[in-house]
Amino acid sequence: MYEPNTDVIQGTLDMLILKTLSLEPMHGFGIARRIEQISRGVFKVNPGSLLTAFQRLERVGWLNSEWRQTDKSRRAKFYSLTRSGRKQLEIETTNWNRRASAIARLLKAEG
Amino acid sequence: MAKTDALQGSLDLLVLKILSRRAPLHGYGIMTAIEEISGDALRVEEGSIYPALHRMEEAGLVRAKWIEKSNGRRARSYEMTARGRKQLTSEEARWTAVTSAVQRVLKLA
Amino acid sequence: MSWIGRFTNLFRRDRLHEEIAEELASHIAEAVERGRSAGEVRKAFGNELLQRERSRDIKLVPWLDSLASDVVFGWRQLRKRPAVSTAAILSLALAIGATTAAFRLVDAVLLRTLPVAHPDRLFYLAVNYVDRDGQPDYRDDFDYPTFQKYREAVADRADLMVVGINARQDVVFGSAAEPERVYRQYISGNVFNVFSLQAALGRLIAPYDDLTTGGSPVAVLSYEYWTRRFARDPGVLGKTFRMGSDLFRIVGVAPRGFIGTEPGAVTDVFVPAMMNTEAIHSLGWSWFRIWMHPKPGFSAEQVRQLLQVFFLREHQERLKEFDSRTAKTAIKAFLNEKLLLLPAASGASDVKRQYRRPLLILAALVILVLLIACMNVGNLLAAQAAARAREMALRVSIGAGQWRLIQLVLMESTLLAAIASALGTFFASWSAPLVVSMLHVPEDPVRLVLNSGWRSLAFSVALTSLVALLFGLAPALRASGVKPISALKGGQEPPSRRRGMKALLAAQMAFCVLVQFVAGLFVASFQRLSNRPLGFSAEHVLVMDLSASQKQPLQVWMQMADQLHGTPGVQSAALAGWPLLSRNRWTEMGVRVPGKLTEGRPSYVLDVSPGFFETMRIDQIDGRDFRRGDLPPRLGASTQPLPGVGIVNEAFARVYFKGENPVGRSLWLPIAKDLSAPMQIVGYVRDAVYYDVRERVHPTMYLPMNPRQHDAFLVRTAGDPLALAPTLRSLVLKARSDFQVHTIETQSDFIRWQMLRERLLATLSLFFAIVALLLAVVGLYGLLNYLVTQQRREIGIRIALGARPTQVVRRVTTDLLAMVSFGLFLGLAGGLACGRFVESILYEVKPTDPAAAAPLLALFAAALLAVLPPAIRAVHIDPAETLRSE
Repeated sequence: MYEPNTDVIQGTLDMLILKTLSLEPMHGFGIARRIEQISRGVFKVNPGSLLTAFQRLERVGWLNSEWRQTDKSRRAKFYSLTRSGRKQLEIETTNWNRRASAIARLLKAEG
Repeated sequence: MAKTDALQGSLDLLVLKILSRRAPLHGYGIMTAIEEISGDALRVEEGSIYPALHRMEEAGLVRAKWIEKSNGRRARSYEMTARGRKQLTSEEARWTAVTSAVQRVLKLA
Repeated sequence: MSWIGRFTNLFRRDRLHEEIAEELASHIAEAVERGRSAGEVRKAFGNELLQRERSRDIKLVPWLDSLASDVVFGWRQLRKRPAVSTAAILSLALAIGATTAAFRLVDAVLLRTLPVAHPDRLFYLAVNYVDRDGQPDYRDDFDYPTFQKYREAVADRADLMVVGINARQDVVFGSAAEPERVYRQYISGNVFNVFSLQAALGRLIAPYDDLTTGGSPVAVLSYEYWTRRFARDPGVLGKTFRMGSDLFRIVGVAPRGFIGTEPGAVTDVFVPAMMNTEAIHSLGWSWFRIWMHPKPGFSAEQVRQLLQVFFLREHQERLKEFDSRTAKTAIKAFLNEKLLLLPAASGASDVKRQYRRPLLILAALVILVLLIACMNVGNLLAAQAAARAREMALRVSIGAGQWRLIQLVLMESTLLAAIASALGTFFASWSAPLVVSMLHVPEDPVRLVLNSGWRSLAFSVALTSLVALLFGLAPALRASGVKPISALKGGQEPPSRRRGMKALLAAQMAFCVLVQFVAGLFVASFQRLSNRPLGFSAEHVLVMDLSASQKQPLQVWMQMADQLHGTPGVQSAALAGWPLLSRNRWTEMGVRVPGKLTEGRPSYVLDVSPGFFETMRIDQIDGRDFRRGDLPPRLGASTQPLPGVGIVNEAFARVYFKGENPVGRSLWLPIAKDLSAPMQIVGYVRDAVYYDVRERVHPTMYLPMNPRQHDAFLVRTAGDPLALAPTLRSLVLKARSDFQVHTIETQSDFIRWQMLRERLLATLSLFFAIVALLLAVVGLYGLLNYLVTQQRREIGIRIALGARPTQVVRRVTTDLLAMVSFGLFLGLAGGLACGRFVESILYEVKPTDPAAAAPLLALFAAALLAVLPPAIRAVHIDPAETLRSE
C-alpha cells in the first residue's frame, strides 16, 4: 500500500497561521476556519496540529495570546502576532516562495 | 530544518519527476539532479533518499536493477513503472493545488 | 511483494543485506569522486547502521522465525486490555457456540449421510398430492401390498426395499415380568445386503428371512442398543423376546454407527418385514417407506417413469372402487397424484421433514448473529488498532512492513477466535442436547445422534479460521496502512477508516434488524397459536390409552368410565376413538344433505361416548348429548342401512345448513360403497379444533361409539391430572385384568407437542434476537465511545473555542445515527424480502404485519440508549484538561 502524505506540510502550517494572524488577532477556531475557507478546502486543518503549532509559536515568541470574550460572549483564547513573528513571517514567505518556485521549475523543466 | 520540511511532502514527487525524464538513475544521481535543476534551492538529505526509494520500490512505483559502470563498480539504478507514472500525475496535481492554496492565503492583505 | 518472494527473501537475507550495503557504498564512492569527503557524506547519512536497517527492513520481513514470538506478543496484547478481550471473547464464544450447536443439529437432521454403501444411489418413494386446503404436499408412507406390486413392476431394474417407519413397541425379554419399550423397524430381507453392511456380531437379516408371512421370527439389534441394554454381551445371540404374539430370536448385531434410517429416531431392533403379519395383506396399512436402489445400468429416473406408469394404472383401477357420488374435483385431484423419488442419502424421517425449514432458518439466523459478533469484535479491534496507531507507526518507522503488521494483528485475532471457539464448543456441547431435549415429547423422545466427532471438530476449526479472518483482516489492513508521520505527530487517522467502521456498524444493524424481524414473526406466530381458541379446555384432562384383549361391547367400556368417574378427584370421564389433536383423523367425503348438492367437502368424524362434550368443555348450543343406547348410522346384519344419530358443530351447520340450527335435521352418511344411511342430528355444539392446532375448524360430526377393542379415556380431574395417573392405572387393571393401559398423557401434552416447532422457533429465535441486540448495542456503544475518545482533543478544542453542547453531541452522533437508521432500513427491506421463505411456517402472521415492526422500535430505543453515555461524556469533556494533557 502506498499513501502519499496528505497533511499540510508542517513548516507551511506555521506560515499560514502567522499570515492569518498578521491581519487581525483571532481565536483558534477562527484561524482554522479562515485557512480552510481561503484554501477552498485544500487544507483540512487538524485541530490537534493547530494547537501544538500555537504552543510552539508562542514559546519561540512569535505569538501572544490572551483570553477574551468572543462575540457570542464565551471565553476563548485569542492569538496575535508579535514583532518577531511578523519578521519570521517575512522570512518564511520568502523561503517558501523560493522553494515553491524551485519545485515548479523542476516540474516544468524539460529534459 | 526548513529545507527538509519543504521537501517532506514533495520528495516522492521530485524523485518521480526526475525519473520520468532521466531514467535509469542511481540514488546519488537522482539527488544531484534535483539539486542541479533547482539551482541548489532544493537540497536532498542523504539520509532520506534511500528509504524513500526503497519504499517506492516496495510500492511498485519504481523498479531497480544493477548497472555495471565504466569503472567496474556496480550501481543500483532506478526507473519508473507504469504505476509510478500514474502516481506522478496525481502528485503533481496535488502539488499544484497545495501551492495555489498557499498562494491564496499569502496574497491576503 | 508476494508471499513466495518474501519466503525466498528469508533465505536471501544476507545477500540483500550486502546489496544494500553495496548501494550505499557506491553512493559514498560517487560523492567522494565529486570531491566530498567520505566522512562528511557518512555523517550526512546519519547512523549508517540505522540507515541499513531501515532500508533492509522495508524489503525483508523475517516471517517464519517470528511466528512463535507473535503468539507470545498477541497473548500479551490480549492480556493488556482484559475488558475488551473478555467482551470480545465472550461475544464470539456465544456466537460460535450457537453456530456450532446449530451445525450439529443441522448435520444430525439434514446433512449426515447414512453409513451405507452408495448412499447417493438410494431413493425413497413419495406421492405428491394437493391437500384439502389446496396446498401441494407429499406422503411417503405405503402399504405392503403396494410394495409387492411395485417390486414386481421394477423386476430386476432396481432393488426395492421395505423400510418400516420406526415405532416404539413393548417387548418382554426372556422371562422378565415387566415389558420394556424398544424402537423397532420392519425391513425387507434385502435392506442389509443393498446397504452392504456387515454384522458386528452374528448375522444380519437376510433375504431368506423375508420369504413367508410370519415365517422367520428373527431380530437384529443395533450396536447402540446392544451396548446400552446388554453391555455388548456376545451371549445375547440366541436370546428371545416376545413382541406382540411372536417370540423373536436375536441372531445378530448391526454394525456400529448404523442406527436405522430415520434422522431423529434411533432403531433398537430390526425385524423382517414379513413378520408384520397384520400388514402383509392390508391395503391402506401404510406404515412403510419404500426405498429404491437402481441396479447398475439403470437410472433412478428410468425406474421412476416405469413406476409412474404402474402407479397411474393402479390409480385408475382404484377409482372404480370409489363411491359413484364422489365429487369431480376429488377425482381429478386423485388422478393428478404423481410418484416421486426423493434422495435418501441422509435418510428419511418425519423429524427431518418437519424440521428441515425451521432448522435452516435458525441456522441462517445464527450465522447472522455470528456475523454481528465478528463485526463487533472487528470494530473493537479496529478501535484498539487505532488507539495503537502510535505503536504501529513506530513499528512502521523502524521498518516493519505491511505484512508484518497484518501478521501481528491477525495473530491476535486468531488467538481470540481460538479461545472463543474453545469456549463456544463447550457452550455448544451443552446447548445442542438442550435443543434436542426441547424437541422431546414425553412419550416419544426425539433421539438425535449429535456428532461430536471429526465432523464437528472440522467445522469448528474451519469456522474459527473464517471468523478470525473475518474480524481480523479489516483491523489488520488498517493497522498496516498507518502513516507513521501523521500518527507519530498525534494526528487523527483519516476519515476513510472511520467510514469503514461506520459501514460495519450499518451492516451490523441491518443484520440485527433481520434477526429481530424474523424472531418477531416467530414469536408473534407462537403467541397467536398459543392464544388461539381451541373450542375445548385441555387443562386438567388426562388421556388414557386402553386396549382390551378382544372387542368389548360399549357397555363394558362405559362401566369402566363410570368407575373412573367415581374416583375422588375425578370430575367427569368419557370415551372417544382418540383424543382431539392426537394427529388421528377420520375424514368423511360423502356427506349428503337432502336438497344440497354434494360437493365433496370433507368432514371430520369422531366417535364419542356420552359425557364427552362435558369432559372436554365443548359447549352445547342446542339439542342433547348422546345417551346410552344411541347408535350411529350403520350397516345392518342383512347389509341394509340402519339409521342413527349424530351431533355436529358450527362449521358443519355453516357449510350444510347456512348456519341455521341443524337440530332435528337429517343427512345421509356413506357406510359402504354406494350405500348411505340416514343420520338425524340430535345435538349442536360449538366449534372445536380436531386434528391440527394450526388448521381452521372443519365441519365435524360426532357419532355414538361402536363396540371396539381400543379406546381413549378422557378424564377431567379437579387438580393436577398426572397426580391421579397411578391411581387410575391400578384402578383399571384391578377392575379388568384383560385390559391394558398403554399410555397416560395429559391433553395439554398433545397441544404442546403440536406447537413444538413454533415453540422451538420462537424460543431459539428470541434467544438469537436478544444476543444480536446485545451485541449490536455493545458494538454501537463501543464505536461511539471510541470516536469520542479519538476526537477528545478536537471536541475539547471545539468546546474551548465556543461550540455549544448540542453542536458537540450532534457532531459525534449525527452520522452514527444516520448509519443506524440506514442499517434499520436495509434490515427491514431484507426482512420483508426473506419473509416469503418463512411465511409458510407462520401462523396467521404476515411479514407485513405491523407486529413485526415492534422489534425495530426496541432496537432503535436500544440504539439511543447505547449512544447516550458516550454523548454525555463528550459534552462533559473538560477543555482545559484535554489541552493540558497534550
